[in-house]
Amino acid sequence: MTESSDNENLPSSTAKYSVGIDLGTTHCVLSYLDLQKVEDDPTVEPELTIMPIPQMTQPGVVEENSQLPSFMYQAHESELNDQEFALPWTNEPNTLVGNIARNLGAKTPIRLVASAKSWLCHSGVDRHANFLPAGSPDEVSKVSPLTATYEYLDHLRCAWEHRFPDHPLSEQDVTITIPASFDPAARELTAEAANRIGFSSLTLLEEPLAAVYNWIHACGESWREQVNLGDIILVVDVGGGTTDLSLVAVTEEDGNLTLNRVAVGEHILLGGDNMDLALAYRVKSKLSEQGKELQPWQIQAITQACRDAKEQLLLDNDIHQVPITVPSRGSKLLGNTLRTELTRDEVRGALVDGFFPEVNITDLPRASRRSALTQKGLPYAQDPAIPRHLAAFLSKQVNAADDVLGESAESEMSFDPLANDFNSSQSSEFIKPTAIMFNGGVLKAPILENRMFAIINRWLTDSGAEPARLLTDVNLDLAVANGASYYGYVRKGQGVRIRGGLASTYYVGIESSMPAIPGMELPLEALCIAPFGMEEGTETAASTAEFGLVVGEPVKFRFFRSNTRRHDEAGVQLDHWLDDELEELPELQSTLSLESGRRKGEVVPVRLIAKVTEVGTLQLEAVSANDEAERWQIELDVRD
Amino acid sequence: MNFELATFPATLDMLHLGLVILVLIFAVLFFKKQPVSASSQDNSNKTPLSNTPTQLKESTPDAALQLLTLLQKEARLIDFAKEDLTGHSDADVGAAARVVHQGSKKAIESYFDLEPIRKEEEESRVSLPEGFNASEVRLTGNVVGEAPFTGTLIHKGWKVTEVKLPKLAEGHDTNIVAPAEVEL
Repeated sequence: MTESSDNENLPSSTAKYSVGIDLGTTHCVLSYLDLQKVEDDPTVEPELTIMPIPQMTQPGVVEENSQLPSFMYQAHESELNDQEFALPWTNEPNTLVGNIARNLGAKTPIRLVASAKSWLCHSGVDRHANFLPAGSPDEVSKVSPLTATYEYLDHLRCAWEHRFPDHPLSEQDVTITIPASFDPAARELTAEAANRIGFSSLTLLEEPLAAVYNWIHACGESWREQVNLGDIILVVDVGGGTTDLSLVAVTEEDGNLTLNRVAVGEHILLGGDNMDLALAYRVKSKLSEQGKELQPWQIQAITQACRDAKEQLLLDNDIHQVPITVPSRGSKLLGNTLRTELTRDEVRGALVDGFFPEVNITDLPRASRRSALTQKGLPYAQDPAIPRHLAAFLSKQVNAADDVLGESAESEMSFDPLANDFNSSQSSEFIKPTAIMFNGGVLKAPILENRMFAIINRWLTDSGAEPARLLTDVNLDLAVANGASYYGYVRKGQGVRIRGGLASTYYVGIESSMPAIPGMELPLEALCIAPFGMEEGTETAASTAEFGLVVGEPVKFRFFRSNTRRHDEAGVQLDHWLDDELEELPELQSTLSLESGRRKGEVVPVRLIAKVTEVGTLQLEAVSANDEAERWQIELDVRD
Repeated sequence: MNFELATFPATLDMLHLGLVILVLIFAVLFFKKQPVSASSQDNSNKTPLSNTPTQLKESTPDAALQLLTLLQKEARLIDFAKEDLTGHSDADVGAAARVVHQGSKKAIESYFDLEPIRKEEEESRVSLPEGFNASEVRLTGNVVGEAPFTGTLIHKGWKVTEVKLPKLAEGHDTNIVAPAEVEL
C-alpha cells in the first residue's frame, strides 16, 4: 500500500500528493491525487482516490470507512477500559472521534461534540473558548469548535501517515473545503485549526466550486461541450447541516472557455439532518395519537430508522410504506418492540412539500435570520423551505454576472441608488441560470432533485427564459473531497481554473464628525477596505482615511460586507446605501501593544490595508501613517 | 520391463529403493510448492504417507464471537434466539423479526461480499462439465454415471468473495458479545 519512496532524495517541499479534505458538518472525507505520477507522464489521466479512514466504531473495534463522522466524544474515565482504546497507529488515542463518538453519543448526548463547523461560523460566541458540548454539565470537559476541528484533521493526518509513512501529510499540497458562505472570521479559524497540524502548503476552497471541479474531472475534456459561452451555472449544495449556493459564469479568454464564480449565498443552517428530524417528529405525533408516549432514546432510534426508510421511499419504486421498528433497550424483544409505519405519502408530504414547496421567485424566506444572533444555540434557518432561500438569492444577485458577461446597458443606467431601489422592489427580476448542478447527500434522492429542478425551471419559463440544463455528477457524497484534490492539480497549471477571489466587498464603519443631536444616532459612513473579487496573494493600497489607535487599549471597528455592491474600490467612502446592501458582521479589534516604546494612552494615526493570503483568508492590518513598516494585525474574531 | 524385473530381482530392488527415496525427496519438495497434486505422487509409490490423518483446522473463537457480537448489536440475534416464542402473537413475533432481519441484512452486507455460485434460475436444468468443483456444487439424488452431469438447480448457493470484519484491539474481550447497560 505504501508507495515506493523513490522520491526521497527530492527536497521535502516537493509534494508528491495533492490531498483534498472535505471538512463537513457531519462527515469528513479525504481524497488524494498522485501529482508525481502525472508529472512523470503528463498523458496519464489524473486519478482521484478516496482514502479509507480507520476509526473505532465500538470500544476495541476498528473499521475502515470512506467517511469520518465529524463527532467527538468526551468519555467519562470509567466508561471505557484502557485496553479498549486502539487505532492502527496508537493504542492511546487521547480523543474519540468518528463513528465511535457518534455511537456512544447517541446514548449519552451530554458528552457528544457535534456540528463544530456550524459553531465555527457562529459569530455570537467566542470560538476559541472551550464550551462544547454546549449546555452539558460542568464536569464534562469542554473543547472549543477550533479544537474539535483540529482533532478531526489530526485523525485524518494520523490515518494518512499510517498509510503513507514516507510522505507526511504536512508536506503534501492540502486543500480544505469550506462553505462558500463562510465569513472571513470562520475562514481564518479553519485555517488556524489546520495550521496547528502544520501544513506547509494549505489552500481553502469553496465547497460548491469543489463540486464543479469534480464535475470537470469526471467529464474530462468533454466539459467544454456541455457548457457554452454566456452560461450561468447555479450550484445548489444541500449537505447534512448546511445549504450553500453559488453562481458560476462561463466566459471566454483567448478562445478558451473560462469559469468565474460570481456570487455566493448566505450561510443557511438547513440540511439533511433537519429532514430526518422532521420525519421522526411526524412518526412521534402519529404514535402519540395512538396513546404511546415516547422516551427521548426512542425518538433518537426513530430518527435513525427514518433516515433509512427515507432513502427507500424517496427512490422511484413501488414501495408504499416502510415499517419503523424500535426494539426495546432490554434483552426482551417480543411484545416490547415499538412498531409503526412510514408511508410514501408521509415522506413526500414532509420532505417534498415541507422542504421543497412550490413557491414563486418573489417569495422570501420567512423571519429574519439576524434575530437569531441573540439566541444561545446555533442560528438554524427559521424557514425550512429551501426554494425560498434560493429565490431570495437569485433575486438579490440579479446583476451578478453583468461584469463578466457584459449584460445590457439597462442595469448600468440605473446607477442612481434611488431608481435602483424602485426597480428591485417592484419587479420580479432575478438572475437566470442556464445550467444547474446539484451537490450534497440530500439531492441524491431523485424526487427531491427533480422537484428542485422543476421549481427553478418554472421560474425561468414564467419569466420567458429558456429552461436550464442539468449538469449531472455522480457520487454526491464524495464529490467535494475529490474536487478538492483535483484542485491541487489544477493549481499546478493543469486544466481549467475557476476564478473567484473575495465573494463580497468589505467595509469598516466610520462615524461622521458632526455635532451630536439628541435622539439621533450619529450618521455612519462605510469605508471600503477590500473590493469584490480581490484575488489570493494580493493586497490593497493603504486607505487615505486615517484612524487613531490608542496605545495599550483595544480599538474596535464596525465591520460590514456586501454581496451585491461589486464596484466599490478600496478607499471609497459611502455616506448612504440601501438597507439590504450592507450586512453588519461582528466587530473587528486591534490592540497596539506597549512594547513599541510608546506611552500608554498615546494616539497613533494608522491607515488600513487588506490582504488576501495564498491560503484564501482575509487579513486586515493597521499601518502606521508615519512609518509603513509598522503594522498591526486586526483581529477578525474578537474574543470578549 | 516386467520380464527384466523378474530376471534380476535382487540388484534391481536396491535400485528401486534408491529410486523410491529419490522420488520421495522430489515429492516432498513438490508438496511444499503444490500441496494438492502431491497426493497423487504418494499413491503411485505406495508409501505410508497416505495413511497420515488429515490436519483439521481449528476455528479461532475470536472471529466467531466477533460475528456473534455484530449480529447481536445490529440484529439483536441473541436476544431473539433466547426468547420463548410461545404465547406471543404472530404480530409481536413479526415486529421482532423485522428488527432481526433489518439488522442482520445490514451486518451481512457491510462485513461480507456475497455472490451466488450459480447464476442460473433455481429449478432450471444445469449441466456440470467434467472436473467441476465439488465443494462449490453438491450432487444429490440419483448420483450415478460420469460427468458431464445434468440436473435441476435446487439452490443457487452463496459464496463469500470478501470478508471485511472489523479489527480488534489486543486487549478486547471477545467473550462479551453484549455489555450490560446501566443508565444513570
